[in-house]
Amino acid sequence: MLDDFLVRAALAGLGVALAAGPLGCLVVWRRMAYFGDATAHAAMLGVALALAFDVSIFAGVLVVSMLMATLVSTLSGRGFAMDTLLGVLAHSAIAFGLVAVSFLSGVRIDLMAYLFGDILAVSKGDLAIIWGGAALVLALLAWRWQALLTATLNPDLAQASGLDPRREQLVLTVALALVVAVAIKVVGSLLIAALMIIPAATARPLARTPEGMALTAAGIGAVSALGGLQGSLWFDTPTGPSMVCIAALLFLVTLLLDGLRRDLAQRRAGRTSG
Amino acid sequence: MSPLVRLTGASASLGAQEVLSGVDLRIDRGEIVTIVGPNGSGKSTLMRVIIGAVPLRQGRLEHAPGLRIGYVPQKLHIDPTLPMTVRRFLSLPRRVSDAAAAEALTHAGGAGLAGRQMSDLSGGQFQRVLLARALLNRPDLLILDEATQGLDQPGSAAFYRLIEQLRTELGCGVLMVSHELHVVMAASDRVICLNHHVCCEGAPEHVASAPEYRALFGTGTQGALALYRHQHDHHHDEGCSHGDHDHAHDHDHDADAPKTHSHEAR
Repeated sequence: MLDDFLVRAALAGLGVALAAGPLGCLVVWRRMAYFGDATAHAAMLGVALALAFDVSIFAGVLVVSMLMATLVSTLSGRGFAMDTLLGVLAHSAIAFGLVAVSFLSGVRIDLMAYLFGDILAVSKGDLAIIWGGAALVLALLAWRWQALLTATLNPDLAQASGLDPRREQLVLTVALALVVAVAIKVVGSLLIAALMIIPAATARPLARTPEGMALTAAGIGAVSALGGLQGSLWFDTPTGPSMVCIAALLFLVTLLLDGLRRDLAQRRAGRTSG
Repeated sequence: MSPLVRLTGASASLGAQEVLSGVDLRIDRGEIVTIVGPNGSGKSTLMRVIIGAVPLRQGRLEHAPGLRIGYVPQKLHIDPTLPMTVRRFLSLPRRVSDAAAAEALTHAGGAGLAGRQMSDLSGGQFQRVLLARALLNRPDLLILDEATQGLDQPGSAAFYRLIEQLRTELGCGVLMVSHELHVVMAASDRVICLNHHVCCEGAPEHVASAPEYRALFGTGTQGALALYRHQHDHHHDEGCSHGDHDHAHDHDHDADAPKTHSHEAR
């Protein structure tokens, strides 16, 4: 079954989506959407370094993403607003990455594959890395969930309960770097953040609790991944971007439905009171 | 009896600015200690030092072994993207049973709120839920940072009565910061007047009549207290014995400061 490239692609997409959904919720709650971007863009530099030093792309991307995420955590709150800092770092990282790749003479690499992913070329080995990484991220999030949630609400509240908010930030940083490293093959470094942020944003109006939102986001991510794969076959479109398009359409639909629901509730309330 | 918390010669900075210097503080089980001081005097930083969120630059912080702190922060902004029911909030960071959650809510005067979204609560309800969450930890020390912000006068008076009652029931120590001096002072065993250092401290009547306190606050009625920022003389002798804090706003009718809270404690 795994010999079919479509089956491998579907499994790869599912693996990334299931981990990216819940992680994306934490990223959204903490207003770190661009933090994900910066980490993902650093992946380009990781690809270049991995090729230069002849180590696996996964390892290169993981290390550089982790360094980037740590750098952003450390530099934040030192005189620059977070968005400025991320703007500088994210774009510098991708520029340095592209320049570094151009130095690699003799190596012919398909840049597009790393920017936009090439899910149809996923091998059995890639699949093992993707599912291993996704399982690790989910296990990490499940283990630290209560602490992460408390620290997200208010760092002082966590501190007073004997938790260390900086440790939870580190857990999140590691999880983020892992997801970026496993997802680069699937959606590429430009669209990884989209797979984290859009399903989470889509899940928000549908959920009443944090867990509900995390599970819904995972589900929406899975539907987007499979839908995007199917769509790309029907319309002969690039697969990674098609997945993001499906996620965006789902966002639009829930937004409209939620607006409609509120409108109805308001009218009903207006009728009973007036 | 060993204190719940003891601070000795504590100094702390935020960025380059020294916010606390040489603060000594001790809180015992079963007492209500209130910290008063003008805006920017380091009250919230002192709370954050005690919970361990701000490191000390100098001095020492000692907690009683196994100290459990129930913390009610000054404000808790819940991001609108985070869905959170009251019931779920009470299970952070430790999961609690429905029965325990309901009991804590009733205790804090928020019975029946469990199913609501945190974002839909009124200011008073929100504070009660925060208090209920702090109680679920079975705290030895309850820390309230401006817990009545956004409550009206009767609401905050009721809130402080509740704190007093909880202290009696649970036997915990209470440390709070407040702007509502007269109400707070009526409910406190000990008041500490803070302006980067401890200006004076003692029983409410004592502090209210101390010149340092009067210099910082004047006195006021009906909670409409003006808080005066001023240049404070940082060269104190021991205690509250001198009065070099004369201010134009120190009017005659303020002279009976200890009495002003007696008609507030209705």
